[in-house]
Amino acid sequence: MILKPQTEDIKNIGYYLGKIMLGLGLTMLVPIIFGLSISEKNAALDFFIGIEIALIFGLILTKLCYTEKDLNWMQGMIVVSLSWLVAMILGAIPLYLSGHWKSYLDACFDAMSGFATTGLVLVQDLDHLSFTHNLWRHLIMFLGGQGIVIVALSFFVRGISGAFKMYVGEARDERILPNVINTARFIWLISIVYLILGTAALAIVGMLNGMKPFSAFFHGACVFMAAFDTGGFAPQSQNILYYHSFPFELVTIVIMILGALNFKLHYHLWMGNRREIWKNIETVTLFITIIITWVITGFGLSQLGIYPKAMVLFRKGFYQLISGHTGTGYMTIYARQFINEWPNLSLVGLTIAMGLGGAVCSTTGAIKMLRIGIIFKALLQDIKRIILPEKAIVIQKFHHIREIFLEDKVARAAFIITLAYLLLYGMGAIVGMLFGHPFLDALFESTSAAANVGLSCGITDVGMPAALKLTYIFQMWAGRLEFMSVFTLIGFFVAAIKGK
Amino acid sequence: MKLKSQYQIIPIIPNKSQSQNPKTKKIWIWDFGFILDLVVFVILGFALNAHAQSLSSTELINNAKQYDGKTITYTGEVIGEIMLRQDFAWVNVNDGQNAIGIWTPKDLIREIRYSGTYTSKGDWVEISGVFSRACLEHGGDLDIHAQELRKISSGRKISERLNSGKKNFALVLLGILCLIWILRQLKAK
Repeated sequence: MILKPQTEDIKNIGYYLGKIMLGLGLTMLVPIIFGLSISEKNAALDFFIGIEIALIFGLILTKLCYTEKDLNWMQGMIVVSLSWLVAMILGAIPLYLSGHWKSYLDACFDAMSGFATTGLVLVQDLDHLSFTHNLWRHLIMFLGGQGIVIVALSFFVRGISGAFKMYVGEARDERILPNVINTARFIWLISIVYLILGTAALAIVGMLNGMKPFSAFFHGACVFMAAFDTGGFAPQSQNILYYHSFPFELVTIVIMILGALNFKLHYHLWMGNRREIWKNIETVTLFITIIITWVITGFGLSQLGIYPKAMVLFRKGFYQLISGHTGTGYMTIYARQFINEWPNLSLVGLTIAMGLGGAVCSTTGAIKMLRIGIIFKALLQDIKRIILPEKAIVIQKFHHIREIFLEDKVARAAFIITLAYLLLYGMGAIVGMLFGHPFLDALFESTSAAANVGLSCGITDVGMPAALKLTYIFQMWAGRLEFMSVFTLIGFFVAAIKGK
Repeated sequence: MKLKSQYQIIPIIPNKSQSQNPKTKKIWIWDFGFILDLVVFVILGFALNAHAQSLSSTELINNAKQYDGKTITYTGEVIGEIMLRQDFAWVNVNDGQNAIGIWTPKDLIREIRYSGTYTSKGDWVEISGVFSRACLEHGGDLDIHAQELRKISSGRKISERLNSGKKNFALVLLGILCLIWILRQLKAK
């Protein structure tokens, strides 16, 4: 029997959702201060309206649904899934007000793409967008990459045991430090330190490439936020091609890879445990899958001979591959070049790379390396069971910070999530085909959306049907949250209708 | 009506009686020569026009193989920043569909004053140069190596005025926000 949700459930959800709205609203102070400091008054006004709407709804919800009760698992999951939708709606307000998005749905698309660190865009005339709105586009990637709820956990929610439930709901099931609040703060510490270093590195390269200091630092900060959080937005319409610089591309590769690593691994590296990087199942799997997918992609490209020099192949082939594998979506070619110039084999290699993703507890989306590693180990275990005598006890272990015995339930969980991702990729591809796109193009774009990558073969366009926009929004949302909280939300609505 | 009476339709292929008449024959030869000239003129005109006509970025990107290594003309607005690289510079030019990188000698960009940003409309320029779909000199970038660069129209600074509609909306929201805040405080007491 399905139980109908109680008023208490709705109050709890509403209260914490209100808190997250308040937190999100306050993050708009950053673009307001920035906008006013560079005299972009209209742009600052857009954010002023945005913050007011967020605070109004946040205050109403926290008042109407006031509770001192803690969240249970179901409520925590629902708060997370709804938080991301609310973030999209609120985050899109200043974007839409700028006049650079043709409809509110388009602004919502870009807001979800930003928060989910995807990088697909529907913005119009990006080259004339204000610095303030551009900062917001990249800031939402930074916030989304850390996890919207983590932002709230770190600064606005104190000492609640329900924090861990929301943390898990946001696809972060690993605690770096014993306390989840401290874990959230450590993730922020890592990100801020890298932000300073990465921005400085990109700004220096930018200045050496002929950019003015202010512009170089602004671009450096924006590109860092989108690269480290494996997002893929860039301040100009040409994406990374705008810079025409190999050193700039090289620095972004390093940042993208750093962003694709597990925060727990970052912690151990910071603590001096450097050997972990060579032993960890995720880094080993990442290394192997990069090689395999590069062999597929590179072979296709070299067969066609469009990039005859090694350097050209690296900057146009390998760059897109790393960008796709880490889930960033930075591009040094135009979207239509994938379809017009790349062979199908290379597109397949790149699509596989996008579908695999980076590490768990990182800013990447997709299936992720830990699950791929576990599935491979489980397969090995089963083969050993078949080969070895029946009485033999087969034990499989893997190294992820410590040695872990591979249990069936761990392998099962990895399989289920992997299957869910594959279904999500396939579902988007079918919808794409329903709108007349060829299979490979539709699969490429769908995988890019669901795996939160952001590489585009040209399907994502302001003129695409609203149903396809909504499909990609759903894919970005479900893919970022790794399904559990989305399933819980769907279950909640089913219970509300059918429950007794 | 007047026009109609002035012109007569002359058949291109003469009939027997016309060809026998020397006067008619002369007229026919003249007409044929005129039409031939016209055809040549039209063909040449198209060819010349095709060379001089500016290609759009979408046309170039979608048919990159066809235009690879060819001298083309491209027109658009200078956007972002001009990035100087020793004796050359990268200028990104957007034609309203996409932006393409233009690799140009430094002395060709002297005329450029404005580049498109939030606060300015960039100069509109016409570039004649060699198009590459994957330039070997520049790591495979799809670019144009400029041979000529001409400013078509000048850009300008955009002065920003506070949008009164938005300002009023923000003030109304501020009023609502204050009201909610006061009500909360009163209820709390």
